[in-house]
Amino acid sequence: MKPRQQRMLAVGLAALGVAVAAGLSLRAFEENMMFFVEISSVVAGDYPTERNFRIGGLVVADSVQREEGSLDMRFRVTDTRCELGVVYSGVLPDLFREGQGVVAHGRMGDDKVFVASKILAKHDEEYMAPEVAESINKHVEDKIATAQGTVAECEA
Amino acid sequence: MVPEIGHFALILALALAACQAVLPLLGAHRNDAAMMSVARSAAVGQFFFVAVSFFCLTWAFLQDDFSVLYVANHSQLALPTGYKVSAVWSAHEGSLLMWILILAAWTMAVARFSSDMPEKLVARVIGVLGVLSIGFLLFALLTSNPFERLIPAAVDGADLNPLLQDPGLAIHPPLLYIGYVGFSVAFAFAIAAMIGGDLDQNWARWARPWTVTAWAFLTVGIALGSWWAYYELGWGGWWFWDPVENASFMPWLIGTALIHSLAVTERRGLFKSWTLLLAISAFSLSLLGTFLVRSGIIVSVHAFATDPTRGFFILSFLTVVVVGALVLYAWRAPALDSSAGFRLLSREMFLLLNNVLLVIATTLVLLGTLAPLIVEMLNGGKISVGAPWFEIAFLVPMIPLIFLLGLGMHTAWRQQNKQPWLRLLRLPAIAAVIIGVVLPLLFYGRVSLMLAVGSIAAVWIVISSLIQPIRSWRRKEGAAAITRAALGMCIAHLGMGLFVLGATVVSAFGVESDRSMRVGESVDVSGFQFELRELREVQGPNYTAIEGVVEIRRDGTYVGTVRPQKRQYLVQKSWMTEAGIHPTWNKDLFVALGDQLGDGAWSVRIQYKPMISFLWVAAFVMALGGIVAVSDRRYRRGAAQESAA
Amino acid sequence: MNRYLLPLVAVIVFLPFLVLGLRSDPSKLPSQYIGKAAPEFDLPTLRDNTRNLASADLTGQVSLVNVWATWCVGCRAEHGFLMQLAQQGDIPIYGINWRDNRPDAIQWLAQYGDPYVASGFDEDGRVGIDWGVYGAPETFLLSQEGEVVYRFTGPLSASHWEREFVPRIAELGK
Repeated sequence: MKPRQQRMLAVGLAALGVAVAAGLSLRAFEENMMFFVEISSVVAGDYPTERNFRIGGLVVADSVQREEGSLDMRFRVTDTRCELGVVYSGVLPDLFREGQGVVAHGRMGDDKVFVASKILAKHDEEYMAPEVAESINKHVEDKIATAQGTVAECEA
Repeated sequence: MVPEIGHFALILALALAACQAVLPLLGAHRNDAAMMSVARSAAVGQFFFVAVSFFCLTWAFLQDDFSVLYVANHSQLALPTGYKVSAVWSAHEGSLLMWILILAAWTMAVARFSSDMPEKLVARVIGVLGVLSIGFLLFALLTSNPFERLIPAAVDGADLNPLLQDPGLAIHPPLLYIGYVGFSVAFAFAIAAMIGGDLDQNWARWARPWTVTAWAFLTVGIALGSWWAYYELGWGGWWFWDPVENASFMPWLIGTALIHSLAVTERRGLFKSWTLLLAISAFSLSLLGTFLVRSGIIVSVHAFATDPTRGFFILSFLTVVVVGALVLYAWRAPALDSSAGFRLLSREMFLLLNNVLLVIATTLVLLGTLAPLIVEMLNGGKISVGAPWFEIAFLVPMIPLIFLLGLGMHTAWRQQNKQPWLRLLRLPAIAAVIIGVVLPLLFYGRVSLMLAVGSIAAVWIVISSLIQPIRSWRRKEGAAAITRAALGMCIAHLGMGLFVLGATVVSAFGVESDRSMRVGESVDVSGFQFELRELREVQGPNYTAIEGVVEIRRDGTYVGTVRPQKRQYLVQKSWMTEAGIHPTWNKDLFVALGDQLGDGAWSVRIQYKPMISFLWVAAFVMALGGIVAVSDRRYRRGAAQESAA
Repeated sequence: MNRYLLPLVAVIVFLPFLVLGLRSDPSKLPSQYIGKAAPEFDLPTLRDNTRNLASADLTGQVSLVNVWATWCVGCRAEHGFLMQLAQQGDIPIYGINWRDNRPDAIQWLAQYGDPYVASGFDEDGRVGIDWGVYGAPETFLLSQEGEVVYRFTGPLSASHWEREFVPRIAELGK
């Protein structure tokens, strides 16, 4: 074999080895690819059961409850069509507020409550995560249509 | 008046940039010395007018001129003076102006330090940089004028985003941009070589110091950003694989590949078309990063306010620059390649593997960053790619890279004789394995597979980076000393070793705990007792804050006191967490106040971060290595004549 | 194929994704919204808790509804322009003071001027949710019948006004 072919073979094998290793490890970690699921879909039962996913919406006013002195809390999130209960334990981001947009990572627990492992609020309060904004926009349209009797209310 | 001068200066700068682009390129084409000689003076003139414009904007901030919209949006009377200056580059318009200023400064530096280069190459490099200046100046003037007036003027400004009121963030963007924009010089060298159809080892010798300098700045810029995110944003994390972070990291990875590939081109005249491609890619990824950050197409906590017009402009510019460069590449690069040989066991081979692995790592990061966009377009699902994905994707090519690094440093160019090589490296390799396993056991009492891999890798690089300098140091008088370039390489690799060590230890032994605390209560984290002594109100220049006083003890012995704050900024009414950190060389103790839980209790996040300071120190060591290498005598002016004589 | 062409091909395959990404701008309002009645509301006014501002008050003439708050930077930016509009007096501007606190908001209007005929006080953001507001400032153009004709997100400026609002108002005036 010529030196040039030798080199090509060595590089090719190295690249292939790395690619295979990366592929295998990433398959194992596929669940770190998280899907965003609209709250209305979650309420309707359409969500991944075996893995984590993300939800996003507005924190419903007066819905935040916490046990005195404990880190455990629950609140409700809405996409303006359906509401979903969320439980969380831990420190909240600075911009978490009632009426404010929020994104949560986690999975569905029992009693149709979302168990959040991570809560994110955008750093800049004037802007909301585009995906949350989009899902809210969509339901506002639906709401207008509802007033005219063309789309059904929140269905569980 | 001053803002109008700034606006006008920017227009004049555009006119000069047009001269700087057109005349030298045309002159080089026609072999017209007079036209080529315009390059240097046009570059200086362009820099002057951009500097005037930048100064005018800074002046408007210092004078609290709230009749300028940008000032009214990002400053306030009570803002401390230092932050009034850094507010200039706190948002899109001003940071774009700073980008233009830095590009003009790099161009002027090229004009100044290029006297030993052929006039034609100088003219082409400066001409290409002029084309880039035109693009960014048009971008600023057409879509993002920082001098837009607000009539009638506001009485007071809306204040700088509290997150940005921080010394780390004041200096992070300038350093990052110096690095980003610096890759445009490497890009211009690549384009100039392709236009001229002439790429020799001298070309690499001229292009290399610019690239390494830009890389060093980018390294420090990224490290500062990470440091800022650590104490200000992320509640103790230091890298989040956020799209905006990735946008700065991808050019760094490709830039790292580029400086290694340039080494081969300079020493052996090989990898020419590959070097050109990397130079084009490094700058293209800088542009892509700008696009992602400023167009809002990717969800990120750092993104600038969304504006599709701006996104459209950068995308058009990016398309013209990248497609243009690659068409030129497809056309001219084949003629430039040479095919000298090297053996399987040679420095060239290791550098080739370095490049392959870095490019794979970059590709994976790029895929992860853009996956949400691509998946949404293909099937409409909205996904996000989490940090663990990136960690795995990144580590797989990085682990072999780190082990090969130690081998490659001690391998000769062309061909390495196997026996002396094995003899030299046997002892360091055995030492690395033993120390790498014993060290964590000794200090932290346990070891796992990943931990052992990490610490062995770190010790391995540290030892192999030290072999050459120590030998040179112990050598008798009169023997050839280590060159600056080689010393710089050793220092940069030593920095890499420190980084791997810090990252390994902090991810293996770092502890993070959310607790509920009342005044007088104490909690135990990692053997340290944190006692909340009191909560009090404090007053800042433009905020009020609740400050916790937390005393840290270890088995009763006093360790230190930290004062985490929860600040409310007066104008924007937003709350900000200011963590309290007790730093020592081998660990940080980190306390952040969460929120009131009722009944006098607060949520508190307590973290133990061993050896985290190694991460930032390592980045500075790497950058230092780059600077030492650039100071090598063969890059200094006139060195070419000297060695020729 | 020539291997030197590969990078170019890769970039050309990849670029359309970026272009399409740009076009899916979430701040664009879907067309369905336009021409439908604005969601109903009934809020206490900012200055006087006993008086109310309701959607019925907005009918009868073409009007603007501007969602604002004291914590919002963009609102400060557009405030000067709103004052100009109010001085011209061609169109009444109603405010929805969104997720704010009352003393701050009143003080803000005292300091910078009050362009609003009246501002509803939407303390908990319920009306904002009904209207699909996802960030301040937002401005809605309502017809005589109280239908949403146009919605604008972000700080309003003279150029946007000329381009997007003036022709629509002229259309409504016919």
